[in-house]
Amino acid sequence: MSEYVLELQHIVKKYPGVLALNDVSLKLKEGQILGLIGENGAGKSTLIKTCSGAVIPTSGKIIVNGKEFTHMSPQLARENGIAIIYQEFNNVKGLSAAENLFLGNPIKKGIVIDKKAMEEEAKKAFEQLNINIDPKELCGNLSVGYQQMIEIAKAIRLDAKVLIMDEPSAPLTSKEVESMIAVCELLKSQGVAIVYISHRLEEIFRLSSEIVVLRDGEYIDTLVTKNSNVDELIQLMVGRELSESYPPRKENIITDEIVLETQNLCGNGDRDVNIKIHKGEVLGIGGLVGAGRTELAQILFGAVKKDSGKIIYKGKEINPKCPKDAIELGIALVPEDRKRHGAILHNSINHNINMPIYDHFSTLSKINEKKERAITDKQVADLLIKTPSVNQIVKNLSGGNQQKVILGKWLAANSELIILDEPTRGIDVGAKFEIYKIINDLVEKGKTVILISSEMEELIGMSDRIIVFSEGIITGELQKSEFNQNAIMTLASNC
Amino acid sequence: MSEKLNTKDRSEKIINQFKSKAIWVVLLLLVIGFSAANPRFLSTNNLFTIARQVSMYGIASIGMTFVILIAGIDLSTGSIITIVNVVCAYLMVNMGLSIPVAILLSMLLAVAIGFLNGALVSVIGIPAIIATFATQIIFKGAAYIISGGVPIYGFDERFKFIGQGYVGMVPVPVIIMIVCFAAGSFILNKTYFGRYFYAVGGNEEASELSGIKVGRTKFLIYTLAGFFAGLAGIVMLSRTNSAQPTAGLGYEFDVITCVVLGGVSITGGFGKISGVVAGVLIIGVLTNGMVLLNISTYMQLIVKGLVLIVAVGFDCYQKKRASSI
Repeated sequence: MSEYVLELQHIVKKYPGVLALNDVSLKLKEGQILGLIGENGAGKSTLIKTCSGAVIPTSGKIIVNGKEFTHMSPQLARENGIAIIYQEFNNVKGLSAAENLFLGNPIKKGIVIDKKAMEEEAKKAFEQLNINIDPKELCGNLSVGYQQMIEIAKAIRLDAKVLIMDEPSAPLTSKEVESMIAVCELLKSQGVAIVYISHRLEEIFRLSSEIVVLRDGEYIDTLVTKNSNVDELIQLMVGRELSESYPPRKENIITDEIVLETQNLCGNGDRDVNIKIHKGEVLGIGGLVGAGRTELAQILFGAVKKDSGKIIYKGKEINPKCPKDAIELGIALVPEDRKRHGAILHNSINHNINMPIYDHFSTLSKINEKKERAITDKQVADLLIKTPSVNQIVKNLSGGNQQKVILGKWLAANSELIILDEPTRGIDVGAKFEIYKIINDLVEKGKTVILISSEMEELIGMSDRIIVFSEGIITGELQKSEFNQNAIMTLASNC
Repeated sequence: MSEKLNTKDRSEKIINQFKSKAIWVVLLLLVIGFSAANPRFLSTNNLFTIARQVSMYGIASIGMTFVILIAGIDLSTGSIITIVNVVCAYLMVNMGLSIPVAILLSMLLAVAIGFLNGALVSVIGIPAIIATFATQIIFKGAAYIISGGVPIYGFDERFKFIGQGYVGMVPVPVIIMIVCFAAGSFILNKTYFGRYFYAVGGNEEASELSGIKVGRTKFLIYTLAGFFAGLAGIVMLSRTNSAQPTAGLGYEFDVITCVVLGGVSITGGFGKISGVVAGVLIIGVLTNGMVLLNISTYMQLIVKGLVLIVAVGFDCYQKKRASSI
């Protein structure tokens, strides 16, 4: 019998055009907690999905308790004692804690479900983990922390020897995190091995004995936790040189005029946001996924209402109640999820670009089709949108061209403050460069840009100033001279 | 440089073209089949009869097209038709109001019911199928109460003109239908409301984020659906010359069949008025043809149900296949 309960050897996962995992190996002993860290997109999720069977590796071996597999399936994973606690729970809110625990294989008495036996068993299972959940309580009435405990209890009841936890602390309050950590330590003492993925380095340091670092799908290093420190980890996580080039921008285009200012803005999960943006500036917003950046954009764009605080736009307090209000003021949003929120995929380029401004050039709702077409032609020409016809539906365009259509929509609407949320995600390098040029063009023409990005190189390469968010608050602001990836990462993990 | 269409998009394009043409082919085949079975079918007289018969479906289908374009549904069409029948008749006969005033007031009622549907769907957020089902039941009941459960008749002769009159040799209801189709097509293709309808049906969230007021758009659509149903009700009243408390019973299903048969996607975002015209004609030809062939009313119901399955099935099966590739 091997000394390791789980071993991943030289795992490679290729997607068309992308190498998601490149030769990643990892070893896990009984009763060990292993930290797994890396930036967004480093390949952590893909890696754990190879363990659950959700992703089939292109090559490499998975060895569980000495048994070799080329890939897993959900059933194989279960049979071999591997359980994954995802960020999204699989609980049924309308069933009790006990019923959820036995979901899929209930205790039966004849053909009926034996509720009483399940409740007693559940009580024992919860007690074993030192958690205090009433088995009869509906899952939907339990806090997120308890719902997660039920997931863990479910895994343990199915005799899991390896527990993989993907950002377990992300949805929890700090008190809940404490009890979750206590449960992890208890499980460890019972011999369960845990892979613990978290952006919160503090937890990694408290729990793990070793830390595996991934970056851009590559295995970087395994560190012994007690011999390491936060600075070293961050260095390893980000440690790449700026490889991509960014188009040059004219100098001295930032004016003193403040386009947008927020004062103690709260809402949508964000607290006390105070920012000032000058005309002609590209303000970068950094932070981890879920840090509250998109949430701020939604408030400024009128998609979500603020709870309190002030938004001052061009010297006047504004209160956009819906995106249309914001658009009429000159605020635009290029959303993160291009296909769901950005473009109306089955409508034409022509219609997409004019959608926000149809009421500006129509008489009694009848569209001036000449103007409509002229507006589209201008944007297609200015932004170099590659398409055989302006009547092409947006779905048939490449990602970069789809993004240009969305940008064109806001340029046609004469927007002055343009919020770009992950504008180059899923776009190939050439189109990225074009988007950067468009951003330069915008600020050179006196417009103002807020650039939200998880790609640190992009933030550093394109921003005039960077604000970093963590858990709904601004943790720091960096001037151009202070830009570096370590500084951003440190502020983003807030430790 | 041009974007290359991949094979999936190309096959989708071919399917879409096939779909828009296929319906006309089906119509043609039906016409050939029925005229072979019964020579009377192709007589000018019978063709005008078909046109007159389908006029009410045609008028009501405009509103339903808009509703289904945004992935909604309106089950209250039949009840709106009924209540317009009953109220308009009541106003003329029992209250002695003039024809234009009675029509205006009963149309206002139809629009108000549509407005109510819009409020339930977009302000309160009740799913359209339930909201309009509820208003269907409510106004079915209201129509019985107003009429006392018995037909109202005895209108001014001039009222007949709307449903039974002719301009030249063309029946007035057919003219009204054609005007409605033209108006529907104009709204969809030439006004920004049409752009909004397609956008909202395609992707509500992206539409809202593109500055469309989705709630208001839905309001407008259900109100328009009420208007067109009401107009169909007026035409029906004039045609039958008597207001039955069951006048529009089950009408919504025929109208929905026309619309989805015409290629309007039940999941929203796709569809054209020209297709709906074909859908309406198919239902008209089918009904008329079956009557000429002495097929029983009950059998006709079975055929119509099957037609609905085929029409929606074709669309849904395409989608299912496309998403599984």
